Amino acid sequence: MKILVPVKRVLDYNVKPRVKADGTGVDLANVKMSMNPFDEIAVEEAIRLKEKGVATEIVAVSVGPAKAQETLRTALAMGADRAILVQTDDEVEPLAIAKILKAIADAETPGLVILGKQAIDGDNNQTGQMLAALTGWAQGTFASAVQVEGDHVNVTREVDGGLETVKLKLPAIVTTDLRLNEPRYASLPNIMKAKSKPLDTKTPADYGVDTSPRVKTLRVSEPPVRSAGVKVADVDELVAKLKAMGVHS
Amino acid sequence: MKTLVWVEHDGSAVKDATLAAVTAASKLGEVHLLVAGEGVDGVARAASEIAGVGKVHVADNAAFAYNLPENVAPLVAELMASHDAFVAPATTTGKNIAPRVAALLDVMQISDILSVEGPKSFTRPIYAGNAIATVESSDAKLVLTVRGTAFEKAATSGGSGVVEAVSAGGDAGISSFVGAEIAKSERPELTSAKVIVSGGRALGSSEKYEEVIVPLADKLGAALGASRAAVDAGYVPNDYQVGQTGKIVAPEVYFAIGISGAIQHLAGMKDSKTIVAINKDEDAPIFQVADLGLVADLFSAVPELTAKI
Repeated sequence: MKILVPVKRVLDYNVKPRVKADGTGVDLANVKMSMNPFDEIAVEEAIRLKEKGVATEIVAVSVGPAKAQETLRTALAMGADRAILVQTDDEVEPLAIAKILKAIADAETPGLVILGKQAIDGDNNQTGQMLAALTGWAQGTFASAVQVEGDHVNVTREVDGGLETVKLKLPAIVTTDLRLNEPRYASLPNIMKAKSKPLDTKTPADYGVDTSPRVKTLRVSEPPVRSAGVKVADVDELVAKLKAMGVHS
Repeated sequence: MKTLVWVEHDGSAVKDATLAAVTAASKLGEVHLLVAGEGVDGVARAASEIAGVGKVHVADNAAFAYNLPENVAPLVAELMASHDAFVAPATTTGKNIAPRVAALLDVMQISDILSVEGPKSFTRPIYAGNAIATVESSDAKLVLTVRGTAFEKAATSGGSGVVEAVSAGGDAGISSFVGAEIAKSERPELTSAKVIVSGGRALGSSEKYEEVIVPLADKLGAALGASRAAVDAGYVPNDYQVGQTGKIVAPEVYFAIGISGAIQHLAGMKDSKTIVAINKDEDAPIFQVADLGLVADLFSAVPELTAKI
């Protein structure tokens, strides 16, 4: 079974996002960019399924600028077999990404597509579910465990208040949550090897997908700043202030 | 504009997150509800009493019992032929279903809205709330998810919605529910708790977390949280993590204990109404966002607080 793993290049999660002074977005010039953390978990899960003998080939895909090649090379260094870059400098919305992935899924016929549940830049949490709608496949979102059994996959999902397990017919879509696994670091030899793994470059037009945005960003602003608080001298003062606010046992 | 609001329920009662979605939808126009599930008469009745509600569409079918999106999304898409906006709470259920509906309608969803700015414009958090985007849709229909903490809850009485049975939809036959483990503890869920007590790396061990953090949370009926550092150090399980890559929370009161306040963590809790920080390092960044800060050794201050509050 082939596994398709879409990955996104985003602002590194340890970097504080700075809103541009002109209110057009977040400043991404000269800042560290990395693979979206949830996508790393997706790549790791695919590799584990390959190590278990469930998967035979892992294809990493990214829709983004030329530099997203670096993100794909990271996926290859972790253990993906080949990569496809759908290159565009435009910001592509989840719906258009899902359409591109649908076209790739049609061509590659994977048994599973494993995606991060959301990218930590746009925080949309949509692409996997949209791809599931467009392919007509079942979806296991926010996965904390993935178990392939014959022509089905059991996905344990992190839901509000606990866990839920669903049984999905393959091919299926899985989106990852934090608890699914801990992604490995690529070793130096594997980073070197990844440089010679195949990486195809395509464009959205190759898949016949119009990426013009449906949602326009009018402005991006800083969130409201919290008013400066007070320091209390001791526990008694803290207790008094909390009780005044109605916080007590 | 006619809106269709997804009613999240547990089979017997309407969940609170629905009420915030109703308020958001009411800013757009007429509010209709969809109650899907099996044996949901009681829920439908309760839903019809929510203030300001028009029609309550009720889809009672075993295929809808577990909110499987493969079965539910086509139902919603069909009902959307006569509605202009689908509005779901940004819960794990809403987030699971809404994008599937959006793609079926060829609509780009707007996730996690914080406010309604106009008939097609909204604000929403990006970068884990480190920036707020004002966005405008150009699609013919809207698909929205609503952040529950950003809107007042609609009143659960005073409404007189008209209940109408829907016969559409069924089992797509590609997915089934196997089981659920829903935490049955007395403790509230992290994402809906009014009070959260979180511990950080300064605790030093899982034993100290148990000894210092848990009693305070018990006394206040609070949910338990932790920083990524505490999770990575193995003091508590992963699902305790509050932060950009963990849970995003906005309780009435958030206790950050022995948490320095890394960007990652702040992104997950800075919308809390009141932040209380206890840390022995007076220069810790957490004090820049804390409403009440106490510079003290947590191992003596927290037990004292637990005893006195």
